Amino acid sequence: MTAVDNTFNIPGQRAPLVTGQADYTTITQDVCAIAEQHRPPRSWYVAFAVSLATLGVLGAAVVYLITTGIGVWGNNNPVFWGFDIVNFVFWVGIGHAGTLISAILFLFRQQWRTSINRMAEAMTIFAVICAGLFPAIHVGRVWLIYWLAPYPNWLALWPNFRSPLLWDVFAVSTYATVSALFWYLGMIPDLATLRDRAPTRVRRMAYGLFALGWTGSARAWHHYERAYLLLAALATPLVLSVHSVVSFDFAVSQIPGWHTTVFPPYFVAGAIFSGFAMVITLAVPARAYFGLKHLITPRHLENICKVILVTSLMVGYAYSIELFTAWYSQNRYESFLFLGNRPFGPYGTFYWIMVACNVVIPQLFWFKKCRTTPWIMVIVAILVNVGMWMERFVIMMSLTRDYLPSSWGLFVPTPIDIVTFIGSFGLFFTLFLLFCRYLPVVAMAEVKTILSHGHQP
Amino acid sequence: MTAHATPAVGESSERLRGLLAEFTDAESLVNAARGVRGAGIQRFDSHSPFPVHGIDGAMGIRPTVLPWLVMGAGVAGAVVALVMQWWTNVVDYPLNISGKPLFSLPANIPVTFELIILFSALAAFFGVLALNGLPRFSDPLCQSERFRRATADRFFISIDARDPAFDVARLQSLLQEFGATSVEVLPDVPADARIPPVVYLTAVVVISLALIPPLWIAMDRHSTSDTPRMHPVRDMDDQPRLQAQAATALFANGQAMRLPVPGTIAYGELRDDEHFFHGTAGDEFAATLPSQVQPVTMAFMQRGRERYNIYCAPCHGLVGDGDGIVSVRALARPDSSGWVRPLSLHSLGVREQPIGKIFNTITCGIRTMPAYNAQIAPRDRWAIVAYVLALQRSQNALLEDLPPAEREQLELRDFRN
Repeated sequence: MTAVDNTFNIPGQRAPLVTGQADYTTITQDVCAIAEQHRPPRSWYVAFAVSLATLGVLGAAVVYLITTGIGVWGNNNPVFWGFDIVNFVFWVGIGHAGTLISAILFLFRQQWRTSINRMAEAMTIFAVICAGLFPAIHVGRVWLIYWLAPYPNWLALWPNFRSPLLWDVFAVSTYATVSALFWYLGMIPDLATLRDRAPTRVRRMAYGLFALGWTGSARAWHHYERAYLLLAALATPLVLSVHSVVSFDFAVSQIPGWHTTVFPPYFVAGAIFSGFAMVITLAVPARAYFGLKHLITPRHLENICKVILVTSLMVGYAYSIELFTAWYSQNRYESFLFLGNRPFGPYGTFYWIMVACNVVIPQLFWFKKCRTTPWIMVIVAILVNVGMWMERFVIMMSLTRDYLPSSWGLFVPTPIDIVTFIGSFGLFFTLFLLFCRYLPVVAMAEVKTILSHGHQP
Repeated sequence: MTAHATPAVGESSERLRGLLAEFTDAESLVNAARGVRGAGIQRFDSHSPFPVHGIDGAMGIRPTVLPWLVMGAGVAGAVVALVMQWWTNVVDYPLNISGKPLFSLPANIPVTFELIILFSALAAFFGVLALNGLPRFSDPLCQSERFRRATADRFFISIDARDPAFDVARLQSLLQEFGATSVEVLPDVPADARIPPVVYLTAVVVISLALIPPLWIAMDRHSTSDTPRMHPVRDMDDQPRLQAQAATALFANGQAMRLPVPGTIAYGELRDDEHFFHGTAGDEFAATLPSQVQPVTMAFMQRGRERYNIYCAPCHGLVGDGDGIVSVRALARPDSSGWVRPLSLHSLGVREQPIGKIFNTITCGIRTMPAYNAQIAPRDRWAIVAYVLALQRSQNALLEDLPPAEREQLELRDFRN
C-alpha cells in the first residue's frame, strides 16, 4: 500500500498526502471499519486487559492515598513537591502536541495534519486527564478541592489571584475544556458518518446522540468552518500559555534553579517535544495495526520527526543557556546548582540521562534513514519521553538544595509514588484503546477535503 | 429512478415534504446549487460529507455572525475576570501579600487571559450549535435510505416543498439536467422521533431518586438537631485522637501518652534543681555546696576570687569588711545619710549563715543589694560563695588553724618584734 514514496518533494508537483487508491468511499470504509468491526482482534483485548489492570492499580493507589494521607508518598521537608508535580508536568507537556497539531498547523495551512490530528487531540485530552489527576489528589483532603474555585462561601474567603498556583488551576482547566470542545466539534461530522452507517438501532442511537443531528448541510458547514477556525485561533495562544503558566509555578518562586526567565519558552518547547514524541509512540503502532498506512504516510511521520529534531535543539539550547547564565552571573547559588549539584550531585545520573535522551539521541533525525524507519523513530520517541520525565524530575530536585545548607535534604520515592506513576499510564492507554475501538481515529471529513483539493495520488 | 415509493406525485404540494437529489461529485453539487438558486428557490440546502469549496457563493450563504458572538464573549470574559479579581481581592476580602499592591495588572493577566479564551471558545462551540439549530435528533430527510451517504461519499440537494417557487416536475428535470443520479420525492410523514415511554419513565424515576439526597441534605442543614453533626468526611475540627491517660496498642508500653526522651528538659523545668539554682533544700537553706561544683578545686576558687573582685568588692571591699570604694565614696558625700552601709562579711550574723543563704542573697539580693542572678551564672555564684567562705576563714582564724610551717614563721616574726 505504501509503494509510493511521498517523502520526496518533486518541484512543481504536490506530494500526495494520502497514498494508494483513496477516494471518499474507501476513506469512509477504512476509518469506519475500525470502529465498526464486530469483534476487535485478540491483541486489542490483551492490550485493554493490561491497561485496565494498570488502571486498577492506579485506583487502588489513589484510594490508599486518600484514605491514609499524603505521608504514603515520599514528599517531605524540604521536597514538598515530588512525583506528583513531576508527573503533572510530564503529562500536561505530552498533552500539548494534539492541540498544537490541530490549531497551529491548521492556521499555517499545513494540510498534512489532517490524518493525525484526531489521534493527537485524543492523546492530548487523555494526557490532560492524567495530568489533572495528580494536583487533584496531592491536595490531601480531596473532598475540599472545590476550594480552588472562586465561589461565594461562608468563610468569606477568595482565592489569591496573584498566585501562580491559582493561574495554573485556570490555565489547565481552560486548556482541558477548550481541547475537549475542539476535539468534539471536529468529530461531530465523523460521528454522523458512523451514525448513518450504523447497522443496529443501538449503535445508531448512541452515535446519533453525540452527532447532534448533523446532516452535512452546507449552511451548517459554513458556520462550522468558521467556528473551527476561531477555535484554532483561540487554542493557539492557549497552548503556548498553558505550559508558560505551568513554568510560572517554578519561575515565580525564588529557589535557585527555578527562578529563571527562560522557563516559559523552555517549558513550551519541551512540551511540544515530548508531545510529538508521544504522537510517534502511538501513531506508528496504530497505523500498522489498523491498516491506516495510506492515510498516515511516511511523509507524516517524517514531518513529526523534523518537529522533534527542532524542539530537541531548542531544549538543548535551553539547557546550555542555563549553564551559561549560572556561570556568567557569578551568582554563587546558581553556580553551585547548575555547575555542581545538578550534573554531579546526588541526582547527577538523572541529569545525564536527560541530556542523552533529549539532546544527543534525537540528533539521529538528521539522517533521513532514521526519519523514515518506523522502529527507529519509536525507540527514539520513547527515549525522548524518558528524557523529558527526567528533565522535570531534575528540575524538581532543586528543592533538595536551597540557600541554607541546614535545610538540605533528599527525596526518595516510595513504592506508592512509583505505582501511582505507572498506574497513570494505565488510565492513559485504557482511554486511548477505548477511543480506537469506538470513535473515528482519523478525521474523515478533513481528509476528504484534502482529496478534493488535489492531494490525490 | 425518480419518485419511487411515493404517493401520487403531482397532487397538492401540501402533502410533500420536498425533493432530494443525489450527486456523485462536489462539482455537480455546486453547479446544481447555483441552478436551483437561479430558479428562484430560497428554501433549499445542500449536503456533503465535507465542506465543499465554492458552495457558499453558489447558494448565496451570507457570512456568519459567529465571529461577532465570539468577540463579544471574549470581551465579556475579560470584564468578568478583571472585575472578579479586583472585587474579591481588593473590595470583599483584601489579601495583603508582602505589602504588594492589592490589584496590579501584570499579576492578574494570566487569569484574565484564560477566561477570555474560555468564554470565547464556549461561545464558538455553543454558537455554532445554536446557529445550526443543533442538536436535533430527527430530520425528515432521514426517511431516505440514500441520504445516509450524505455523510460518507455522496452529495445531495434538498428543496423544501414550502418554498413559494416549488414545482415538483420543473425542479426534477432541472436537477437531472445538472447531473443528479436520482431525484427523490419525500412525502410529508411525521418523523418517528418520539422518545419511547420507557425512556421517559426511567428518566423520571432516576431524576426523582437523584433529588432525594440533595433535598435531604438541604433539609438537614436548615433544621436544628440535638445530636452532633454527622461528618461524612472528617474535618480538622473533628479528628480521631487518643485521650490522655488512655491505653493504646499503638506503643509498646501500652500508654497513649509519651514519656520525654531521656535527657530532654520540658519547658519550665530547667531550674527545678533547687539546691543548685536557689541554694535551698526543702524549707531550709542548704548547708553544703551542690554536687555540680564538687570537689572544689583551686581553679574554682580562683574563679570565685576573680568574680568576687569584679561584682562584690566594689561595695563589700576586697577582704569583705564592707568598706568597698563605692561605700567609702558614698559616705564621703554630704548627703550620705540615706546610705546603708554594706554588711561586713565577717560579722557574726553573716558568719553563722548557712552557705545556701549566702548563695540565695547573691541570687535574689537583700535590702538595698540588688539581685545578681542575671549577671552571674549559677556556677560562678557558687564559686563566689566558696571564696567568701575562704575570706571569712582568713579573717577569723585562730593560731592553731595555721599549718605548722606557717605558724613557725608567724611566731618567729612575733619574736623579732
